[in-house]
Amino acid sequence: MPAASNSEYAIEVRNLDAHYGERQILNDINLHVHHGEIMVIMGGSGSGKSTLLRHLLGLNTPTRGSIKLLGQDLAHNSEQAMFELRRKMGVAFQGGALFGSMTVEENVVLPLCEHTELDENTMRIMGRMKLEVVNLAEFGDLMPSELSGGMIKRAALARAIIMDPRLLFFDEPSAGLDPVAAVELDELILRLRQAMNITIVVVTHELESAFKIADRITVLDQGMILMTDSVEAVRNSDNPRIQSLLNRLPRDDAIDADEYMERLTGI
Amino acid sequence: MSNAAQNSGLHPAIRLVENIGRKTVAAIEELGYVASMLAESFYWLIFGRRQQQPVRLRNVIAEAMRIGVHAIPIISIICLAIGVMMAIQGIQTLKTFGAESKVIVGLAIAITREFAPLIVSIMVAGRSGSAITARIGTMLESQEIDALRVIGINPVRYITAPLLLAMMISIPALTILGDFMGLLGGGLYSIIELKITLPIYFERCAAALSWTDISQGLIKSLVFAAIIVLVSVSNGFQVRGGAEGVGRATTRSVVMSLTFIVIADMIFTYFLNFA
Ligand SMILES: Nc1ncnc2c1ncn2[C@@H]1O[C@H](COP(=O)(O)OP(=O)(O)OP(=O)(O)O)[C@@H](O)[C@H]1O
Ligand SMILES: [Mg+2]
Repeated sequence: MPAASNSEYAIEVRNLDAHYGERQILNDINLHVHHGEIMVIMGGSGSGKSTLLRHLLGLNTPTRGSIKLLGQDLAHNSEQAMFELRRKMGVAFQGGALFGSMTVEENVVLPLCEHTELDENTMRIMGRMKLEVVNLAEFGDLMPSELSGGMIKRAALARAIIMDPRLLFFDEPSAGLDPVAAVELDELILRLRQAMNITIVVVTHELESAFKIADRITVLDQGMILMTDSVEAVRNSDNPRIQSLLNRLPRDDAIDADEYMERLTGI
Repeated sequence: MSNAAQNSGLHPAIRLVENIGRKTVAAIEELGYVASMLAESFYWLIFGRRQQQPVRLRNVIAEAMRIGVHAIPIISIICLAIGVMMAIQGIQTLKTFGAESKVIVGLAIAITREFAPLIVSIMVAGRSGSAITARIGTMLESQEIDALRVIGINPVRYITAPLLLAMMISIPALTILGDFMGLLGGGLYSIIELKITLPIYFERCAAALSWTDISQGLIKSLVFAAIIVLVSVSNGFQVRGGAEGVGRATTRSVVMSLTFIVIADMIFTYFLNFA
């Protein structure tokens, strides 16, 4: 049995390559996340953030390289060990991914139903408590289709933390939210870490949010990691691509006019 | 895309052969996928509890309600109507030989062996098979299936296995209902034409039927149930491309279910009667 808690890193990615079909999406990714750290994965649209997350979650199988969560290698884990590992992970997907056929509260307590032998009342109370944390206490009986975008994200977060996970993954928490709701969600993430000392991986392309919550930031660009460092270091980086991402400049790759025409016309 | 580009230079005959080859490989792959899903479903139904990942009775009941109980009115009406039609045709045909009283034998056997299981399965494939594909496809597109997997819930255990069990209970049960309603429909017309009472009609039915007639229909209905679940679930899990993809998969699912049901029916009827 691998000693989960004794491993140095909560998350360890080594030389990860990933493809969709023939197309290479991730290129030699190396990433380490400490216990209790908030790591933000940042990058432009299509840079491979969600793909990297899917690999961290064990939803996709890499073409090369290894991923360890809490010291356990995803590729060499037995079904049973994966099942145990998943009890210690919480995930809030980009679109929430709440089950449309269940109420918000049923969604939130589903992991408890599946992983524990608690009686229904206890589960309900725990569900209410988590909904309270994300300020959705009165909305437990609604269906997901009756929630607003921000409420869906918060409900998804409540479901992600219902098992008091040691690892929390969060895809685009603030995308599509109004500024106030976005700030509230950031506060919530910080509070969660403080209260439960969870290791949190957040995928985002919202700079403000990233700077506010991150201990360290990984910048992803076209499937490669440009740098992984503290907020300050990333801010002050002189890498032109990082700067263009930070200052919202258009990419200033030298564009060859002929090549550009070729791409447009397809000739 | 690159394949198509490479192909376009080839001789049409070679391209045809290549396409057939490609389709065959894809079909075999799909068959393997479906077979392993069937095996996995049974695995979870039998061993799930021991692994502390049981197939929830609540899910099975919910599915059985949707597939079976809610289909009772429509199955009743259709089977009744078909019973009436068969009686009309049978009596008209047999009249020419003056043998219209023999219609009951034909009715009883045709309905129990053939029509009830077939009509029930066709109705369920249209009603529930399409809904299953659409539901799973939508869940896939909205990442609900991913969410299940990261929570540690095996989608085959949580979705396929309850469906399979519910279907294998519902369709035989509906077939028994269909048997009865079909015979009743036949009876309603026969008692007028043959000038007998309904109890006498049913007595003659009972005399004409043996256990094998009914069990043959039920065995077939079990096979049809498995076909509907496997086809509609596997099509659901293969949805690509948003709402449009869901629509396409739903159509494909119903057409495939119906085709396989009829072919399986033919094969079974042959072997159950001659082998
Ligand atoms: N299911 C898929 N099949 C094929 N290609 C995919 C699939 N999902 C993503 N891709 C491709 O992988 C690349 C990276 O996509 P990914 O979703 O990881 O980007 P992202 O960084 O999360 O972008 P965004 O910020 O817009 O969410 C894109 O070029 C995309 O076209
Ligand atoms: Mg993304």
